[in-house]
Amino acid sequence: MGKLELKNLTLKLGGKNIVENISINFREGDIHAIVGPNGAGKSTLAQIIMGLPDYRDIEGEILFDGKPITGLTIDKRAKLGITLAWQEPARFQGVSVRSFLLAAARDKTEETVDLALKMVGLAPELYKDRAVDETLSGGERKRIELASIIAMRPKLVLMDEPDSGVDIEAINNIFSVIHKLKEEGTTVILITHSAEVLKEADHAFLLCRGKLVKKGSVEEMVCIFNGTYKTCECLAQPEAEAIL
Amino acid sequence: MNDRKLIDELLASISIHKHYPEGTAHVEIHGNRVIGVCLVDGLTVDSIEMKEGIGVTLRVAKGVKIKNPVHLCFGMIPETGVQRIEMKTVIEDDASVGFIAHCTFPNARKIDHIMQADITIGNNAWYSYMERHIHGDFGGIRVIPKAKVTLLEHARFVTEFELLKGRVGEIDIDYETVCGAHSVMEMKSRISGRGDDRIKIREAAVLKGEYSKGLLASNIALKDHASAEIYNDLRAEGAYAHGHVDCNEIVLGNAVAKAVPIVQVSNPKAHVTHEAAIGSVDSKQLQTLMSRGLCEEEAVDLILQGMLSQKN
Repeated sequence: MGKLELKNLTLKLGGKNIVENISINFREGDIHAIVGPNGAGKSTLAQIIMGLPDYRDIEGEILFDGKPITGLTIDKRAKLGITLAWQEPARFQGVSVRSFLLAAARDKTEETVDLALKMVGLAPELYKDRAVDETLSGGERKRIELASIIAMRPKLVLMDEPDSGVDIEAINNIFSVIHKLKEEGTTVILITHSAEVLKEADHAFLLCRGKLVKKGSVEEMVCIFNGTYKTCECLAQPEAEAIL
Repeated sequence: MNDRKLIDELLASISIHKHYPEGTAHVEIHGNRVIGVCLVDGLTVDSIEMKEGIGVTLRVAKGVKIKNPVHLCFGMIPETGVQRIEMKTVIEDDASVGFIAHCTFPNARKIDHIMQADITIGNNAWYSYMERHIHGDFGGIRVIPKAKVTLLEHARFVTEFELLKGRVGEIDIDYETVCGAHSVMEMKSRISGRGDDRIKIREAAVLKGEYSKGLLASNIALKDHASAEIYNDLRAEGAYAHGHVDCNEIVLGNAVAKAVPIVQVSNPKAHVTHEAAIGSVDSKQLQTLMSRGLCEEEAVDLILQGMLSQKN
């Protein structure tokens, strides 16, 4: 399970359509990429799906595993198995890595904490007692956030710009975790404007100015990437629905 | 209740069940009576019962370095009463000692805990005083600690006031420190208030000597209708004196927080900085934890625990 359906989703802020009439079915257990230039509405779409308070006043419907979740709060959606990895993870003054991961862990065990840290390439003995604060680098915080998602064992994870602020080694580690999540049946939705990240996906969706303008194979979308998004200007007509 | 039973009850309330580690000095004061004392070489404790309270003099002899922290347990088991302690502490030159003061009032309904301390830390001496309060859930307690601290040259003083368990009731802290040349002072407080708790903290320090250093830090979390007023007053007078004031307060519900920093520099070679943050829980922290399945209350608790556990 982990099937997500967006039906005619529209978000208006200040009289402007930030997201406009988007319909997508995300097949369970696959890796999907939502791509597009800055300001296309990619991160907003992820935050709408997660149910962030500023993005709850929407038109349309969101279904998860066939059930409507549009009216649910963040934690209720998380309890159903949806989670979000932020582009810039939050810092938690005084909260240890152990406490942070235990809070997320489904089984609340130390073993899960250790395992999750190892999966993101961090030695538990070196990190568990450190605080999730500015003493960690951006890349370390990104990995620790990913570890918290591993510990949670979600059905669907939204990852907003998973490669931002991390070095090559960390990126490769993040990619391997993404595929591990897929192996375990988790649906992964990558929010990105990086061709490298896009290549990790099974399916891709192109957003432009809040509209879905293209769905298709990763290979096809990489070609559009190489055109530095000029295609967005040409694709005036959004596809009514993308079903993969 | 005999003294042995009182000691047992006091210690049980702070989760120290009867025995301190071997070679650890400790003093227990219930109400206005010393009911238990165990000393180590170089540490003396004299007490005198007064008309309204008790006078206690703690002295660490010159050059003595006490390895294990000395445990002080102040408290009252009954629901009502007054504990008034006048404490004189002298840490002589080159001595070093750490105190852990447990202040426990587990059944408090109407208790006043009043402490008037006069502390002198000798040349090149080191003194730490960690004060941990354990209160009941009723909040019927007034805690009024006042201290005047003098640091001589190259002395070091670290104190931390912590009240995280149980209700604060009413608290009025007033600490003043004067720092000699090359001395180092840190005064920190970590308090969690709820209900109609009232918190007032005044921490003042004068960095009088050259190269003296000072830190005043407060982390306060408030819920319900609790209120807090924090006055941090740091003045640098000595050449190359360096000080910092840091005040963090999180307010939830109908709580009210006020921070009044006073920083003053009267020597062109001195330097003092100040940071203060008052506000609600950071929304991104909250949303991150909620997106891992914590309900809002659980997420707020974890964030507050983190903020209050910061060591600055």
